[in-house]
Amino acid sequence: MTSKLRVSLMVTCLGDMFYPEVGVAIVRLLRRLGVAVDFPAGQTCCGLPLFNSGYHREAREVARRTVPLFRESEHVVVPSGSCAWMVKQEYPGLLADDAGAHREAQSLAARTWELSQLLVRKLGVTRLPSRVKGRVTYHDSCHLLRGLGEAESPRTVLRNLEGVELVELPGADQCCGFGGSFAVRLPEVSTSILDKKLASVESTGAECLVACDAGCLMQMGGGLARRGSRVKAVHLAQLLEDGA
Amino acid sequence: MAPAKPALERSGPHLREEDTLLSAPVESRSFPERAAGATRDRFLQQALTIATTRFVASRDEVFAAFPQGDALRDRARQIKEAVLQRLDHYLEQLTANVERAGGHVHFATTAEEARAIILDIARRNQVKLIVKGKSMAAEEIHLNEALEHAGMAVAETDLGEYIIQLAHERPSHIIAPAIHKTKAQIADLFARELRREVAADPEVITRLARGTLREKFLQADMGITGANFAVADTGTIVLVTNEGNGRMVTSLPRVHVALMGVEKVIPSMTDLVIFLQILARSATGQKLSSYTTLVRGPRRPTELEGPQELHLVLMDNGRVRQLAGTLREALYCLRCGACLNVCPVYRQIGGHAYGDTYPGPIGILMTAMLRGTPAVKDLAHASSLCGACAEVCPVRIDIPRMLIELREHLDREKIAPWPERLLFKACGWLLGRPALYRLAAPLARLGQAPFVRDGRIRSLPSFFGRWTRTRDLPAVAARTFGERWAALAREA
Ligand code: SF4
Repeated sequence: MTSKLRVSLMVTCLGDMFYPEVGVAIVRLLRRLGVAVDFPAGQTCCGLPLFNSGYHREAREVARRTVPLFRESEHVVVPSGSCAWMVKQEYPGLLADDAGAHREAQSLAARTWELSQLLVRKLGVTRLPSRVKGRVTYHDSCHLLRGLGEAESPRTVLRNLEGVELVELPGADQCCGFGGSFAVRLPEVSTSILDKKLASVESTGAECLVACDAGCLMQMGGGLARRGSRVKAVHLAQLLEDGA
Repeated sequence: MAPAKPALERSGPHLREEDTLLSAPVESRSFPERAAGATRDRFLQQALTIATTRFVASRDEVFAAFPQGDALRDRARQIKEAVLQRLDHYLEQLTANVERAGGHVHFATTAEEARAIILDIARRNQVKLIVKGKSMAAEEIHLNEALEHAGMAVAETDLGEYIIQLAHERPSHIIAPAIHKTKAQIADLFARELRREVAADPEVITRLARGTLREKFLQADMGITGANFAVADTGTIVLVTNEGNGRMVTSLPRVHVALMGVEKVIPSMTDLVIFLQILARSATGQKLSSYTTLVRGPRRPTELEGPQELHLVLMDNGRVRQLAGTLREALYCLRCGACLNVCPVYRQIGGHAYGDTYPGPIGILMTAMLRGTPAVKDLAHASSLCGACAEVCPVRIDIPRMLIELREHLDREKIAPWPERLLFKACGWLLGRPALYRLAAPLARLGQAPFVRDGRIRSLPSFFGRWTRTRDLPAVAARTFGERWAALAREA
């Protein structure tokens, strides 16, 4: 990387309130890779929870005001696959009625990256130092895997971390049971799905469970903590040295 | 759209009062209560895990070894769409060709009409005993109850259907009706019903059922089946089974009635070949099911077996309306059941909790089609939108997107509960006001203070307990990312 790339962080609502250390880790990591990072003011939430629950008028308004915030951004990095999916796959459609806004949303969609994708597919970085040693396992978030078709980038990063052994999680591609408001609309069902996921996590013998989505981390991390498990749920960025 | 020709026998059956009196299963619990109950049923959990895991593994394996599968799925989807675009044409062609082969075709607009047509055929033929092949369409119209109510005996001949008939239950899966039962439960059921010792061995159970059913096949006056496909340009009814019972039901009794949704028509035998290659692979992971039964007309004078009368009942029951509706894509469905097997929700709660004929992701769409959107007020949210269903669907129905659209409809029509609507609209309002939004974190920190231990929250009152009963919640950070940015910007 010679010419300095500019990347804006879309921190997302969960990232902002519950996992600020993930955002901090991303900023420091990207800077060390020679990327100029900024944080456009006025960010709230991408509107995915509204959209998925059927509140499309409200989601449309969120999209309408979020897109221009990143007008000047060369690239946008998002710590959650689901929010990246929202921006890339749903914003253009939501703003289809307004030709100008639609065009701008399409442009933003093309410039938006989930973190692991930015690292591997845009920056071409695969070898990174690690803050932890030992065995880790990876959970595929539904929106990153099936929404954005991305299974490889996070694994590429993890496989190349020094001192880290990536063990495949049996049923890695199965939902963790979060699903946004689903987790509280049908809490018993959500928990039953989670229990199976966590049993699988514990079967790997990994010390770290890595995911690229704040929602899944909230669900799986919350479940692991409640069980008193020694496995920690962490965001990919938190593994990469120089984090928070 | 109403196909003109098939209405010809509409005047035939007359609705009698008893035809419409049906015992609907009484269920007072709400969907969330039923779903929660199912997660606590140890036997159900065991049965579901074993069966769905096996189905999914077989399906994945057989498609992994079938590189042309993807292209065939695309082709199958195109054929389905082409059929829907000219549905009346294909139904007319099908009708003409079934009649040319000596069969009768009936068109039923509603479930009630379909029941009346079939009852009328049975009465005219003085039917006493009916053998049935597995049919979700028959379940949809509660056909067994109607026939029994009219004094006829009905014997299910598919093993799974036979089991649930013995248990007086309803199917809990589109292709595996008794999937919710363990081997041991089935053995107990047989022992009780047949008053003898029964080992929990599938082979023993199957042999027992076969013995009982053989008698029924020989005595039955009428056979009723569904149809996986009906081929328009030949008038062929196609049944896909694994037990061969479909063949017996369609050939031994004097009368055969096939009931199908109008969307099951396909143009030609060439198309059938495409569907057959993906149907069993998606359903059970088999390359082909053990039996593919093709029925074309009743017995001809030169033939030794087959029914004397053949009837095909084409049923609308809410489908035709969706040709121009938001659920149109659901009419592509082949009823393979793959979307149920991979659905994390179905895998936890099984089919009965859904509370209607069709369970699982596609079942939510079918319930909306048959009963209207208000009927899926809760069910529309019975999905984490993980997308696994769309990934395995042989005709690539985008179920998650359609569920989101159903939810949108629930808001637009004000069917969703008003506290929920108010909450989401307030959130939407707040997200448009970053200055106010920034106050949310400090307020949350105040509110959460009494509950936080080591940065985590283990218990919260009322609504929030839905999360914290089983999961810790991270506390809102001491400083949000937004609050840390100014310092972080200076680091650069
Ligand atoms: S929706 Fe697709 S996967 Fe589900 S039963 Fe129908 S054809 Fe099979």
